[in-house]
Amino acid sequence: MRKHQGAIIFGLVTVMIAVMLLSVSVGPVEISVPVIAKMLWHKLGIYHNISGWQPAEESIIFQIRLPRVLGAALVGAALSTAGVLFQGLFRNPMADPYIIGTAAGAAFGATLAMLLPLSLVFYGFGLVPIAAFLGALGSVIMVYRLARFGGKAPIISMLLAGFVVSSFLVAIVMLLLTMSDRLGLKLQQVFAFLMGGISVTYWQQVAVIAPLIVGGIVVTRFFAVHLNAFSVGEEGAAYLGIDVEREKLIILGLGSLLTACAVSLGGLIGFVGLIMPHAMRLVLGPDHRLLLPASAMAGAAFLVIADLLARTLLSPAEIPIGVLTALIGAPFFIYLLRRARREYAF
Amino acid sequence: MLSETTETTNLLLHNVSFSYADGFALHHINLLVPGSQMAGLLGPNGSGKTTLLRLATGVLPPTEGDVRVGGISLGKLSRKQVAQRIAVVPQQFNIPFAYTVEEVVLLGRTPFVRGLAGEGKRDRQIAASALEITGMIGFRNRHFNDLSGGERQKTVLAMALAQEPTLLLLDEPTAHLDISHQVEILELLRKLNREKKVTVVAAMHDLNLASLYFERLVLLNHGSVFADGSPDVVITKEIIHEVFSATVEVGRHPKAFVPQIIILPPDSQSN
Repeated sequence: MRKHQGAIIFGLVTVMIAVMLLSVSVGPVEISVPVIAKMLWHKLGIYHNISGWQPAEESIIFQIRLPRVLGAALVGAALSTAGVLFQGLFRNPMADPYIIGTAAGAAFGATLAMLLPLSLVFYGFGLVPIAAFLGALGSVIMVYRLARFGGKAPIISMLLAGFVVSSFLVAIVMLLLTMSDRLGLKLQQVFAFLMGGISVTYWQQVAVIAPLIVGGIVVTRFFAVHLNAFSVGEEGAAYLGIDVEREKLIILGLGSLLTACAVSLGGLIGFVGLIMPHAMRLVLGPDHRLLLPASAMAGAAFLVIADLLARTLLSPAEIPIGVLTALIGAPFFIYLLRRARREYAF
Repeated sequence: MLSETTETTNLLLHNVSFSYADGFALHHINLLVPGSQMAGLLGPNGSGKTTLLRLATGVLPPTEGDVRVGGISLGKLSRKQVAQRIAVVPQQFNIPFAYTVEEVVLLGRTPFVRGLAGEGKRDRQIAASALEITGMIGFRNRHFNDLSGGERQKTVLAMALAQEPTLLLLDEPTAHLDISHQVEILELLRKLNREKKVTVVAAMHDLNLASLYFERLVLLNHGSVFADGSPDVVITKEIIHEVFSATVEVGRHPKAFVPQIIILPPDSQSN
């Protein structure tokens, strides 16, 4: 299996691109993939022929669908990568991108933002996603500082601090929800955020977040060897020459940044960041040098499909994407788990 | 004697003290292990064996004193530089992921791998020879978590060897192993010590095995060195009684002529 790494990466790239093209093509107005391909060639200046499509179709593709599909791919890639980072660092199969407080922090930030009587748009982002981004990062910083004692932030302390901070912030959100009438909080809006949904309407959003997510994922590759060393535990990693506290902080920072970026585009989308790393580990083995890029691409493809279904199945109504990630993801994962000949030793 | 390090000294603990927040401490440990030596650390539970080993690995900095490896103070080396010199076989070793034996052994090359490059041909050769020496080459594609305790311990030892250390520290390497694996591991350590010139320092619980395999024994009690010398010096009826509160007879090994203890349970002493 591990001899075909090149082929697997190539296959994942192909699947990811194919799924994105398919997703761009499907919608209330069907536009065939060859036509989309011609439009893309034209835009890129490779193929100069503007026949075969309506200007309206071009704006549907470029102004509506493409940014959204790219947004879904970015969110999926970011969450899966963060999942690999946290599962690897914590050596915990239940770890997901939200484990150290990012989800609760984002929910807290978003809810507060919804309460504020002002609206602003900053590089295509409203107040809610910005507050969610800051809330996610803020809570991780708090968790890390709470867990740190005498220059060390042991993993167990961090998991516990994450749990405690999350519970506290969720309690505040619940309290705010209970008082929604009095505060003028729109429950619908809060639930939409909590259940997740790709909300990319401006190219600017993609332009701001894409470099952060793609850059973050590329940087993780430099820490893959360190993550492998963390497989033997914190002290074991130190014996292998890892500067444990420093590397841990970098890996946590990267994972949290990726998660916060994802949250700002898609709200709290569950399951993908938990299950995609496991699925890829089942297929490819535990080496993070392969696992990180593979999970990023698989997560991207998976979330593009989930988003496609979310917006088409009950069209014109939209299903929360978090519902679909679990609905498709759970059977898919069970299939992989059952098919694996040997017991999955995490 | 302790103030100067010669080239033949590999591990030196100079007046090392350490205390945990809960009060347990090591007091003024002076220890000099020559490069060619195989030293066994003995002592009751809680006497400081593991703490002393952790000080020697550099993961615990001493509160006082200096730990040197090959003449260089550990405080002056980065974690990576330390790992290029010292390998550790800890008491507990587990990997939650499905690594193969070969992948685990390749982890031993971590301190030598640079950034993106990954391990090269030379790293693979070193890992292969570590698998060869430990007799694990036939298991290279098996999953680590499917192995027996003895096979796992040999894999961890192979991983440590892949670091090409000059100093190998082991915390009770034969604990939980059957007799044949205990002997196999100790024979392996002796071979590494003699043929590869690796300095071996191991915490041991089994006094007879320690006496049989280690030319030098260091007996700790309440965080201090109680006795230090050849098995003949350390394994005596009086010392064992004082440190372990156990009554023993000390005899001689019929072939190796080193001291071996025979335990006398309290109710058998009247006979």
